[in-house]
Amino acid sequence: MRDAFVTRLLEEARHDRNVMLITGDLGFGVLTKFEAELPRQYLNAGVAEQNMTMLATGLAMEGRVVFTYSIANFPILRCLEMIRNDACYHGANVKVVSIGGGFSYGALGISHHATEDLAIMRSLPEITVLAPCDLWEAAEATSALIRTPGTAYLRLDKSHAPAMRLDETPFRIGEARILREGSDVALLACGGVMSEVLSAAESLSSEGIEARVVSHHTVKPIDRESILACARETGGIVTVEEHTLDGGLGSAVAEVLADSCAWPRGFQRIGLRSGFSSEVGSQEYLRQIYGINSAQIESAVHGVLGGSRVMP
Amino acid sequence: MTHLGKSSHVAAGLSMADIVATLYARVLRVRPEEPEWPGRDRFILSKGHAGACVYAALAECGFFPIEWLRTHYQDGSLLSGHVSHKGIPGVELSTGSLGHGLGVGAGMALSAKLDSEDWRVFVLMSDGECDEGSNWEAILFAAHHGLDNLVAIVDYNKIQSLKPVPETLGLEPFAEKWTSFGWIVCECDGHDVAALEKALHPAGNGRPTVVIAHTTKGKGISFMENSVLWHYRTPQGEEYEAAIAELEGSRP
Repeated sequence: MRDAFVTRLLEEARHDRNVMLITGDLGFGVLTKFEAELPRQYLNAGVAEQNMTMLATGLAMEGRVVFTYSIANFPILRCLEMIRNDACYHGANVKVVSIGGGFSYGALGISHHATEDLAIMRSLPEITVLAPCDLWEAAEATSALIRTPGTAYLRLDKSHAPAMRLDETPFRIGEARILREGSDVALLACGGVMSEVLSAAESLSSEGIEARVVSHHTVKPIDRESILACARETGGIVTVEEHTLDGGLGSAVAEVLADSCAWPRGFQRIGLRSGFSSEVGSQEYLRQIYGINSAQIESAVHGVLGGSRVMP
Repeated sequence: MTHLGKSSHVAAGLSMADIVATLYARVLRVRPEEPEWPGRDRFILSKGHAGACVYAALAECGFFPIEWLRTHYQDGSLLSGHVSHKGIPGVELSTGSLGHGLGVGAGMALSAKLDSEDWRVFVLMSDGECDEGSNWEAILFAAHHGLDNLVAIVDYNKIQSLKPVPETLGLEPFAEKWTSFGWIVCECDGHDVAALEKALHPAGNGRPTVVIAHTTKGKGISFMENSVLWHYRTPQGEEYEAAIAELEGSRP
């Protein structure tokens, strides 16, 4: 996803000299081409995320579209107040990019687990929060952010799902994408963990359960209509995120349902339940340990359907 | 305005009033009738708690009607206690949390450099604000990138929120710190308009400038001067009358 982002950003920046990339001294080998080709649009702010975000705001207020780039929590938590007061409050074109969503850097420890980012960022006013699930979405999200005024957070992931496009519908911020049709149950997810969702959907299909799989690449503003349609048209909703259950995608979906008094026939959220993810291991291993994988999704679907599957 | 709104931070405003007056009367290239003129100098008040002082200067310059000042700090006012840009012509950046102005100013200054523009960026900071680590990130950055179109001004009144600066987190040797970070340092009396004007002139040789302005907190009102109390207290009743009498008495 990181490479898909950088490649697309470079393509865009070649044609728009107002597009800038600032790194917080991370991205070894990944940003070399961008720097070499567009040195006036590239900056290494050093290990100084607060200043990186303030600089980005100052540059954006003078007409630029500035991407700040780092891994895991670094570009958001250390400088959260700069994102809130400086970027968001001034409607600055600052696009904060983290390339380590969820357990991307699993073996590096909890400092590198970005597992509260969606909740924290979506609580900020006047921000767009994106978490693409595949390479196509990651590239399209990059272009869309350049064309959408204001502050945004782009959560990228080391893993990614296989690209699924049922038709030629373009990527649009705020519009969830259906990756697989079905009406027995709806699986709503964001980020690279979508690979687990699609794999669960395959397994369920072999049992005769057809799942609608929806990519909520935009966590804020959330696509209300898509969620309500899932509640109306399917046998239940399961949300999946590589993120805490406190305030993330599942919470956003639950808020929409409760606010609309739209009660799905079953509902379950899959994500991190409590405590720090202090186990050491790869993204795949940690998904298994913390129950955010295809086996858990299948089991949640069985629970939600409660043995009385609703036929289309 | 601070009396009507019962707002605090009066002494912090008086401390920097001569600096702000010098900037708007003698230094800043701005057009009150065209507040977003692209060629303007950018002024950021990083010590946002002294917003009242900047609002007064902007009103005096004609950015907005002086009558607006009477609403300061009150229900429904545009003029919040900490300086805000929303709906207020002439304010570049809303602040209030310390340690934000210099980094944003550095971004603006870098933008001017990239576009070969000749406008400058002025950031007025407090001394207590220099406790914030984010400033030192920006100080490193501005020198490394040769932002000689960036001017920091420190209102060095030596009193912060609870106690004097040396009893809180000492800044001395303060000038040497900035010098060692690669900045041009000008120290002057922050109530001497001629000295301030000289210090705020373009330096231009590839390095950012800091003006360390030695000031008196609560300047001009004897019972407020150098008193921690008046960081927060708002003048009412007899105190208000006495304060106004002193200011009127010192009118040139």
